[in-house]
Amino acid sequence: MKEQETILLQGHIIDSLILAKVLDTILMMGGTFDFEDVQIGKTREEPSRARIIVRASSAKLLSEILHAIQPHGASVESERDCRLSPAPADGIFPDEFYATTHLPTQVRVCDQWVKVDRIEMDLGILVDPVGLTARTIPMGEVTQGDLIVIGREGVRVTPLQRPRDRDVFSFMESQVSSERPHRHVIGDIAKRLVQLRAGFREGKADSKVLLAGGPAIVHAGGREALAWLIDEEFIHVLFCGNALPAHDMEVDLYGTSLGYRHAAGRVVPHGHEHHLRTINRIRDIGSIEAAVKSGVVKTGIMAACVRRGVLVVMAGTIRDDGPLPGVITDSVKAQAAMRAAIPGIGMALLVASTLHAVATGNLLPASVPSVCVDVNQSVPTKLADRGSFQAVGLVMDAASFLGELSRELGAPT
Amino acid sequence: MSRLLVCPPDYFAIEYEINPWMRRVNAVNSDQAVRQWHGLMQVLEEEVGAVLERMRPMPGLPDLVFTANAGIVVGGKAVPSRFRYPERQREEAYFEDWFREQGYEVVTLDPGHFFEGAGDLLRFPDTWFGGYRQRSEVSVFPLLSDMFHREIIPLELVDNRFYHLDTCLCPLSGGELLYFPPAFDHYGQEALAERIDPARRLVVSEVEALRFACNAVCVGKHVVLPAGCPNTESLLTSHGYFPHPVLLDEFMKSGGSAKCLTLALD
Repeated sequence: MKEQETILLQGHIIDSLILAKVLDTILMMGGTFDFEDVQIGKTREEPSRARIIVRASSAKLLSEILHAIQPHGASVESERDCRLSPAPADGIFPDEFYATTHLPTQVRVCDQWVKVDRIEMDLGILVDPVGLTARTIPMGEVTQGDLIVIGREGVRVTPLQRPRDRDVFSFMESQVSSERPHRHVIGDIAKRLVQLRAGFREGKADSKVLLAGGPAIVHAGGREALAWLIDEEFIHVLFCGNALPAHDMEVDLYGTSLGYRHAAGRVVPHGHEHHLRTINRIRDIGSIEAAVKSGVVKTGIMAACVRRGVLVVMAGTIRDDGPLPGVITDSVKAQAAMRAAIPGIGMALLVASTLHAVATGNLLPASVPSVCVDVNQSVPTKLADRGSFQAVGLVMDAASFLGELSRELGAPT
Repeated sequence: MSRLLVCPPDYFAIEYEINPWMRRVNAVNSDQAVRQWHGLMQVLEEEVGAVLERMRPMPGLPDLVFTANAGIVVGGKAVPSRFRYPERQREEAYFEDWFREQGYEVVTLDPGHFFEGAGDLLRFPDTWFGGYRQRSEVSVFPLLSDMFHREIIPLELVDNRFYHLDTCLCPLSGGELLYFPPAFDHYGQEALAERIDPARRLVVSEVEALRFACNAVCVGKHVVLPAGCPNTESLLTSHGYFPHPVLLDEFMKSGGSAKCLTLALD
């Protein structure tokens, strides 16, 4: 994270161009700034006042900038440590606990700014003042006596910098439109996937791609394209429920998805039972992995995941059939398993699943570019409203998206 | 009627070097200095009609003669200076005592702030300008603005030969400004241009600026300035002022001239 300090500038700073001089100096020296608060004097006599966050790429540069602007009246605001309070009981935050955002966050501990690890929205911050570490913690995971940040003092949140890459992620304005042409958006996503795969193969940090998807991928005909993307190592983590794997394997075993003949698109007699028979078969075998490795399930998304060692987190919901072995039916445990898979993710594709898309979106730090694809505009809109530069919404069906994306990446047509 | 505080140069000398003009080897001719100072007083009293208040000079305080740096006096309220250099900090108590003896309401700045009085704070009726970076620091101006309920536009002094604002800028009674623009950076020049239209900005040449043409005392239409600045005199005349050149080169050895030797009391 960049180094930063908050400075105060006051007096007749507007007409004297002192404010302009200070801001120009910051920029000319290679720093950046954000206004935190500006009060302009209403009369000539009344002074103005600005609180400005100054950022620089290193502590040395920041100190040089502060040194240069100090003679013009910029004083560094004295910073206090964050306040800590012990959790009163297991699973309960202290009163006034600080609730996180999904933006990069630091807390001041023993006069030092400490990065909050695993940032995620709507959690608390657990601090170890001895080891000088801080991380987010969900309410349910708190243990009595854990030191939790309270109030806002000594907490600072860094707004996202506009990404440097000049692609679709760099100038999205959080708007989602069904009328916008998709092709160049998908082209940009494909370019990112190529870069990330190269990084993944070299073992670079933050180069894994997560796909969270619903069964509409299979019903709409996106199964082959997604299986190809997984086989080609473009996807490294899969979040889904019970239905996506059930219908994917139903296609392999019966040639239908939810009873429709996959190739012909017609209902087959008693086809509605096929997914139940599929689930039953896999339960009998013991696991999806065993079903694939023993050759019972040969094609499709789950087979590709097993072949490629993709981490699959299956989170169950109410009235799931079966469920399949491996589906986590305790939603708190499922949430924890999803959360554990987030570190290292460099991009997220949220396709055709309101439930998993929203859950995943809320688990992701704002810094991870995400693409939400759904035929229902409200889902990408909800995700885009998270206030990230890097959330792209596409109103289109899953099969078209995955098909176009895989073709863009060189899949045979 | 204009009242000015002055201090006879009985102990004036160059005993230290705290600006680029001061050279200890460049000794002051004391007799000459006394003659020049009395010449200035005569012009101020007889030709300009100013009333002079004389402070008692003190041995060991050679720069007490530069009363412009005593502080700032407005409407019965006096804020004594807080000098940047220890050599002049010893003057603070004398100036403060004088203000108290004269019955001014004295408001002091916290120690640690640097503010060198009317040397760095110059006034138009509606806007005041504050010079900073060389001697006074910018953070005193919001405090002074609050004390006097006036807008103070800070101007950075970027050339150390013009170490006080009154060495490179002089507000004239008709709203004109006599100044040497390169003593300011472009932000300062823009800020001045924003407040004073081009017809009222009287630009002094570098040659005359270095003779301290801007270190002038303006009382009504009279402007008392150091001798040797003919172009500035013409400029003033063309704008309806009466220039009064006075030979003050002994004081220039210390980096001061007419304005530095006076403090406006009203």
